[in-house]
Amino acid sequence: MNIDLSVNIGSLKLKNPILLASGTVGYGNEISEFTDLSKIGAIVTKSISLKPRKGNPPQRIVETPSGMLNAIGLANVGLEAFVKEKIPFLEKLNATIICNIAASTLDEYVECVKILEYEKSIKAFEINVSCPNVKDGGLIFGNDINWVGKITEQVRKSTSKPIIIKLSPNVPNISDFAAVAKKEGADAVSAINTLVGTSFDIYTRKPKIKNITGGLSGPAIKPIALAKVLEIKRNVDIPIIGVGGIMNWKDVVEFMIVGATAIQIGTANFINPNVSNEIINDLYKFCSEQKIENISSLTGSFQI
Amino acid sequence: MHIEKTIVQFVEKVKPNIFLLKVLAKNISSKATAGQFCNIKVSETDFPLLRRPFSIHNIENESVYFLFDIHGEGTKILSNKKVGDKIDIIGPLGNGFNIDDNYETIFLVAGGIGVAPFPFLTKSLTNKKIITFYGARNKDYIYDKNLINVKYSTDDGSYGFHGNVIELLEKEIGKNDFHNIKIYGCGPTPMLKALQKFSLENKIDCELSVESAMACGFGICQGCPIETTDNSYKLICKDGPVFNSKEIIL
Ligand SMILES: Cc1cc2nc3c(=O)[nH]c(=O)nc-3n(C[C@H](O)[C@H](O)[C@H](O)COP(=O)(O)OP(=O)(O)OC[C@H]3O[C@@H](n4cnc5c(N)ncnc54)[C@H](O)[C@@H]3O)c2cc1C
Ligand SMILES: Cc1cc2nc3c(=O)[nH]c(=O)nc-3n(C[C@H](O)[C@H](O)[C@H](O)COP(=O)(O)O)c2cc1C
Ligand code: FES
Repeated sequence: MNIDLSVNIGSLKLKNPILLASGTVGYGNEISEFTDLSKIGAIVTKSISLKPRKGNPPQRIVETPSGMLNAIGLANVGLEAFVKEKIPFLEKLNATIICNIAASTLDEYVECVKILEYEKSIKAFEINVSCPNVKDGGLIFGNDINWVGKITEQVRKSTSKPIIIKLSPNVPNISDFAAVAKKEGADAVSAINTLVGTSFDIYTRKPKIKNITGGLSGPAIKPIALAKVLEIKRNVDIPIIGVGGIMNWKDVVEFMIVGATAIQIGTANFINPNVSNEIINDLYKFCSEQKIENISSLTGSFQI
Repeated sequence: MHIEKTIVQFVEKVKPNIFLLKVLAKNISSKATAGQFCNIKVSETDFPLLRRPFSIHNIENESVYFLFDIHGEGTKILSNKKVGDKIDIIGPLGNGFNIDDNYETIFLVAGGIGVAPFPFLTKSLTNKKIITFYGARNKDYIYDKNLINVKYSTDDGSYGFHGNVIELLEKEIGKNDFHNIKIYGCGPTPMLKALQKFSLENKIDCELSVESAMACGFGICQGCPIETTDNSYKLICKDGPVFNSKEIIL
């Protein structure tokens, strides 16, 4: 049997549904020593802003039960270095690039997109309106439905590439946000970004991360991410990229069943930097065993 | 950098709270240099989730040694490994100690389990006069195999000098006429801070191996920054864990 793992996210065709999540693989340099990026659906690059960002002071991360908190603070090399140094490297590796953008103003989103519009190898933009760890932008945008609408609308006007809006789970009705994104012209949404959490040392009574709160990721958030994907699937007709706690192929299948067209792997890369390619091989096996010819037929195939 | 499925050759309790682990790791052992570390998956399940970073204690043929103390759940699991168990290890990681020929006398300064990388470094520093300053809580915390010329200090005075290792260092350096010294230090941050100050005041070149919580261990999560004197951040896992003492703010 011929197994077809390819999926379409709007006009964007990917060879398989496995993407690497923004902020969990940098710009590909280091992880490419462990895994073949040319075989992966796409790499979503670390959130880029117009100017470089130093990020938050340490301590930035802490392990929690079945997860971790991070408050990296969008440390990134800035747009110019990204274009000059990072894109050429990924092109050489034959990686499919989705560029994630984070900004602190509406104009900054638009300016980033306009500059990057000419980069042929960027196949889509993922707009991060949901980083919980920065003072300006971030959740102020992501938790305000009007902002999400405005940002989507303005970005849509500035690019012909597919746009994906990365949604915050820290809201009561995520599907309302997905509906706004769709209305303003987004091609897809990704769900979810990290959840706000914290952790304290009981002896010093101090927070374990300097920023006090951080974003929770890893297997601990998988049930929440699945519920958010399902909620969007049942209410809005838009391709969904599922993210949150995916560790193996079974998790991928579960996300697709509840409605994801594709998925992203985040925290799992830290533990096994080759996990994405292992999952792709496992999905081939699963599909042949289950006689699933097109993996995309799994999307939204839940039986309720 | 390799992801290697290593095989446990032994785990031995060498002190009440300190364990020595030997694994067969062909790839890692052939590439490692002193001061580098490995990121160890202590279990085969998702608990604990993250890998645990450990310095390379020594290399012997195709084997790698780690020396660790029981800290929490991860190190406890590691101490319970049995001969023949498989352990998934990523390494060698980071930049180790710079060994250069300009120095005649080497001071190795260790605090507690910070002694871990020094047997490998001692072996790598051929033709040098080495003096090891080793401070620990008490004599039960001292494991000094494969170290040379060791001067001890303990916090409770149960072994060697009564006091901390920097006080010991200050005392000894006054006694002798040393030339062309380089210091390598590893231990808890307060000790490294004191050592940094000592080396600056005495104008001695000094490299420090520092610690931080880590998620990935090879530069993709940005979770392990250290502030540098030129007002930026470097990553401890990728740019370190060894830094020149003049470069970092502790
Ligand atoms: C580069 C480097 C080299 C190291 N080398 C050694 C060594 O040779 N021998 C040794 O005994 N220890 C070493 N450590 C410290 C060792 O990593 C921790 O003791 C260990 O991670 C504790 O895990 P745990 O699950 O037992 O403790 P827990 O306290 O339960 O761990 C909870 C979380 O905090 C992290 N953590 C706790 N303490 C530390 C620490 N001191 N440094 C970094 N992360 C920490 C853990 O990795 C884990 O994610 C090194 C640390 C670094 C960064
Ligand atoms: C250390 C770290 C850094 C992250 N940085 C970003 C980022 O820069 N931009 C972004 O959109 N998401 C970022 N994320 C969120 C992830 O892309 C992902 O949405 C989240 O971690 C949930 O997936 P996971 O459980 O598989 O990790 C980051 C996550 C982690 C753990
Ligand atoms: S531990 Fe991930 S970048 Fe250093």
